[in-house]
Amino acid sequence: MKRNVLVAITCALALAFLGCPPKNAETPNATTTGGDGEILVGEYGSLTGNQATFGTSTHNAIMLAVDEINGAGGVNGRKIKVQTEDDQSKAEEAANAVTKLIAQNNVVAVLGEVASSSSIAAAPICQNNKIPMITPSSTNPAVTKKGDYIFRMCFLDDYQGASMARYLRQTLGIKNVAILIDNKSDYSTGLAKYFGDAFTAMGGTIVGTQSFTSGDSDFRAQLTAIRTTKPELIYIPAYYNDVGQIAIQARDLGMNMPLAGGDGWESPKLIEIGGKALEGCFYSNHYFFGDTNPIVRNFVEKYKQRYSATPDALAALAYDAARVLADAMKRAGGKTDGPTLREAIAATKGFAGVTGTINLGPDRNPEGKTLVIVEVKGGELTLKAKVEPEGAPAATGTATTTTTGTTGTQ
Amino acid sequence: MQELLQNLLNGIAAGSIYALIALGYTMVYGILKLINFAHGDVFMIGSFVGFYAGGWFSKQLHGATGGSSPASAAVVLLLSMIVCGALGYLNERVAYRPLRNAPRIASLITAIGISFLLEYGGQFVFGPDPKFFPTLIEKHLINIGGVVTTNYQLIVLGVAIVFMAILQYIVYGTKFGRAMRAVSFNFETASLMGIPTDRVISTTFVIGSMLAAVAGILFGLAYPKIDPLMGVMPGLKAFVSAVLGGIGNVPGAVVGGLLIGVIEAFVGGSRFSNYRDAIAFVILIVILLFRPSGLFGKYQPEKV
Amino acid sequence: MPRTWWLRDLFFLALFIAVLIGAWWAIEYAATIWPVMRYYNRILVIMGINITLAVSLNIINGHAGQFSLGHAGFMAVGAYSAAFLTVYYFGPYVEKMPEGSTQQVVWQNVLLVVAVLAGALTSAIAGYIVGLPSLRLRGDYLAIVTLGFGEIIRVMILNIDKIGAARGLTGIPPWNNFFWVFFFCGLTILISHRLVQSSVGRAFLAIREDQIAAESMGVDTTRYKVKAFIIGSCLAGAAGALFAHYSPAYLNPTMFTFIRSFEVVAMVVLGGLGSISGSIVAAIILTFLPEGLRAVKDYMPGGRDPRMVIYSIMLIVLMLTRPQGLFGRKELWEFLPRRKDKIPKEKRDEGGDQLDRDAGPPVT
Repeated sequence: MKRNVLVAITCALALAFLGCPPKNAETPNATTTGGDGEILVGEYGSLTGNQATFGTSTHNAIMLAVDEINGAGGVNGRKIKVQTEDDQSKAEEAANAVTKLIAQNNVVAVLGEVASSSSIAAAPICQNNKIPMITPSSTNPAVTKKGDYIFRMCFLDDYQGASMARYLRQTLGIKNVAILIDNKSDYSTGLAKYFGDAFTAMGGTIVGTQSFTSGDSDFRAQLTAIRTTKPELIYIPAYYNDVGQIAIQARDLGMNMPLAGGDGWESPKLIEIGGKALEGCFYSNHYFFGDTNPIVRNFVEKYKQRYSATPDALAALAYDAARVLADAMKRAGGKTDGPTLREAIAATKGFAGVTGTINLGPDRNPEGKTLVIVEVKGGELTLKAKVEPEGAPAATGTATTTTTGTTGTQ
Repeated sequence: MQELLQNLLNGIAAGSIYALIALGYTMVYGILKLINFAHGDVFMIGSFVGFYAGGWFSKQLHGATGGSSPASAAVVLLLSMIVCGALGYLNERVAYRPLRNAPRIASLITAIGISFLLEYGGQFVFGPDPKFFPTLIEKHLINIGGVVTTNYQLIVLGVAIVFMAILQYIVYGTKFGRAMRAVSFNFETASLMGIPTDRVISTTFVIGSMLAAVAGILFGLAYPKIDPLMGVMPGLKAFVSAVLGGIGNVPGAVVGGLLIGVIEAFVGGSRFSNYRDAIAFVILIVILLFRPSGLFGKYQPEKV
Repeated sequence: MPRTWWLRDLFFLALFIAVLIGAWWAIEYAATIWPVMRYYNRILVIMGINITLAVSLNIINGHAGQFSLGHAGFMAVGAYSAAFLTVYYFGPYVEKMPEGSTQQVVWQNVLLVVAVLAGALTSAIAGYIVGLPSLRLRGDYLAIVTLGFGEIIRVMILNIDKIGAARGLTGIPPWNNFFWVFFFCGLTILISHRLVQSSVGRAFLAIREDQIAAESMGVDTTRYKVKAFIIGSCLAGAAGALFAHYSPAYLNPTMFTFIRSFEVVAMVVLGGLGSISGSIVAAIILTFLPEGLRAVKDYMPGGRDPRMVIYSIMLIVLMLTRPQGLFGRKELWEFLPRRKDKIPKEKRDEGGDQLDRDAGPPVT
């Protein structure tokens, strides 16, 4: 009896340890600078868990970009290989995943994540190991503040909130807005704050603020409370999952004012869930898939061909992130060590991306990105407007729906 | 005033779903003194059966574009009840019966294990992303003097009341119901009196699971977004409802469910909406501190 | 005991610290040669934290027989209170010192220990608050109530802006390392071991066996149950504080959900409720298992992670076949061969547990 237990324990331990030796263990002192070997790039994302669709979009786009680049000859003759780790939509798993990528797989750079909390968890590890990290879609300002090895492809939430506020006040002339926040999401609370501050500063009034927890099914209580404040529009900076339901329930309560939101609305499932209730509602986004810009069209077609789905903004940003990385590697002339690669990425200017022209500023965030307002009309997503950064000249390289000019090719 | 009535209506509609689930908890606890942690997930399975069956029926009866009718809704409901009843039976036979004489902790842990199995297995099998429940019945907006509702809320209320009434009849009006009450009163004596306790227990599980299935379908109707983890919070809140009403007490579970629904509706629209999830737990703790037998339960001294 | 009993303890303490420092330096050095050691270092540290959590929960669930499902809440309280201190007070204080100087290093370590102790203390207070209502409740109810408290704590943290709310708390100085994690881990094991052999521990065991009998024998079950909660939560708070200060030194309420509590419960149950070594072994297994499973998921349909499904199946099978877990209530050393001549025949029985080992004639 005692012996069996000991045997059982030993077996269990053995089984657990069996999993440990890495599948692709590098030999000690393996380097990835020079030589004809592949360039190993790490990706961490939410492939499972409740943000699985975000991770999948991002992953698909990265693979599309990498295969394209490799097909065109790779970076200075070397092919890029992507090692993907799942972080299960959890921030602490993100830290583990990135540690594994850096320490065990010896990647030269890391792509990821969508959720800001995961990016914030992983950034210090990349920074301490001098491995550049590019987050395609994390919008929380804190991410790039973690260190000079952390870069970002998308606009920030303070920019997003302020731009939407400006659009509502100045273009649509709306004065009274209510806000409905997802208090479990840092993205939502952050964006709500930036929007609210900007809107009030521009002379608008926030007539009411309510919050819910993502995953809730019933929002009627909050909506009923908002109904009494009679807003012209409700700003809901949350994720598409909840927004669809909120819209339906709002209409069920007889509330017919338009709803607006941020890039968290972006998903092929948005209309599926919200249906007619979302008619006339709109949100700010990084790109619009129907843009006639050839770069966008090209990307959308290729993505559709490969994955039988229309790429969302996350995919677009990830595509840009992967290509910016490859471009930086090319500019670094084949050297892939941390400091050199970092310099090259930081110097990215005028890169023609799907989400606009990418100029990385001194804080490693893209400057002057155009905000796209996407509207639900007739059951489809349509382009409502483009909001340029305040005081900027007409954006170069990003086409509007009328012109077809482009800068550079890719 | 309008806001008050609106919240009340919302609360009662949501609460009746909690009540249906709570009935399952309270019956099982009454008989086995076991908290069936997995009950909330049976509710989830009910919804998913509705999702897949509803989608299929929609296509069969109305062509590729789908559609709806009360008949197909009833069939989906029945199907869901059958599947969940079977699940409840399996649950009891495979996981709880062998542990009937083991220490309480073992059954508790097993219950948690099954709950997680259903949740994460569901995520594994169905996929973690939420699904959109098909429209089983056309929706109409109804306006009663400023209080806006849909026929959905009324259907939820109506169906819930019907099933609660059926249960009430079974438990208090049939011989079998008498057997159930006897077993919950004293297990050993009941078996000595010739009551087939095993059969009674299995049937209790089956009935409870069927009610959970009804709740699942109604939930899918009213809140079309479903996902494998949807049973966690409603399950816990239903448990709190059962405790609030007096665990082991059938009408108590109903009252408890409605109360919790209404309280949540009022808290949700107030300043404290952030704490809505925690409210159910606070209520639970307060009840257990001050009146552990619940509103309608009797104090049962622990015999040694 | 000899008059200089404390010399023996001091010797072992010094030995323990020496071994730890040796191991720590060995790993740090190895990491410079083989970068993959950094990954293993991280896993080992997480393992150390898990061991601390499991052993602390074992005191409540295993020794005292109470069923607590809210352990993640205590961990969170410890983590956030310690982090609050370092982010707002200790960190800035240390920042002012010359970079890399001995003074800075010394202060870093000293303040880390202070922060961890502060976290442990706050958690102990939380344990007291949670323990109070638990007095009157039986097994199942207690489980749900502790679960509820865990959730309430999490929701409260979610709404306190000063510690980050939903954004999470960043900027925590990562002062923690291998040495401190295992130092506190060892301390926890020592406390737990000594505790169960003390009169307090005996009271715990009595309450576990039969609460009503213990009460009638004059054991103040109330006081001792609350004590169990306080000690267990105190140690969990220390674990949380250590977790907060280890890279990436980021805290988010989503890290402290019921799932986390459940993972710790799984460790204690797997190891055997009441067995310290069981908790340790189970914690080790359940730390390495998810890492090992990373490779498996590539073969799963859709690349989905089967970890939680495997956990639940494991628990169910365990409960149905061997509910006492790996070691039951016994400790690892009880399985090793003992010198038979030291044990009189009557006591050399299979089912003996700690209560009988040192006592006099067996109770009939």
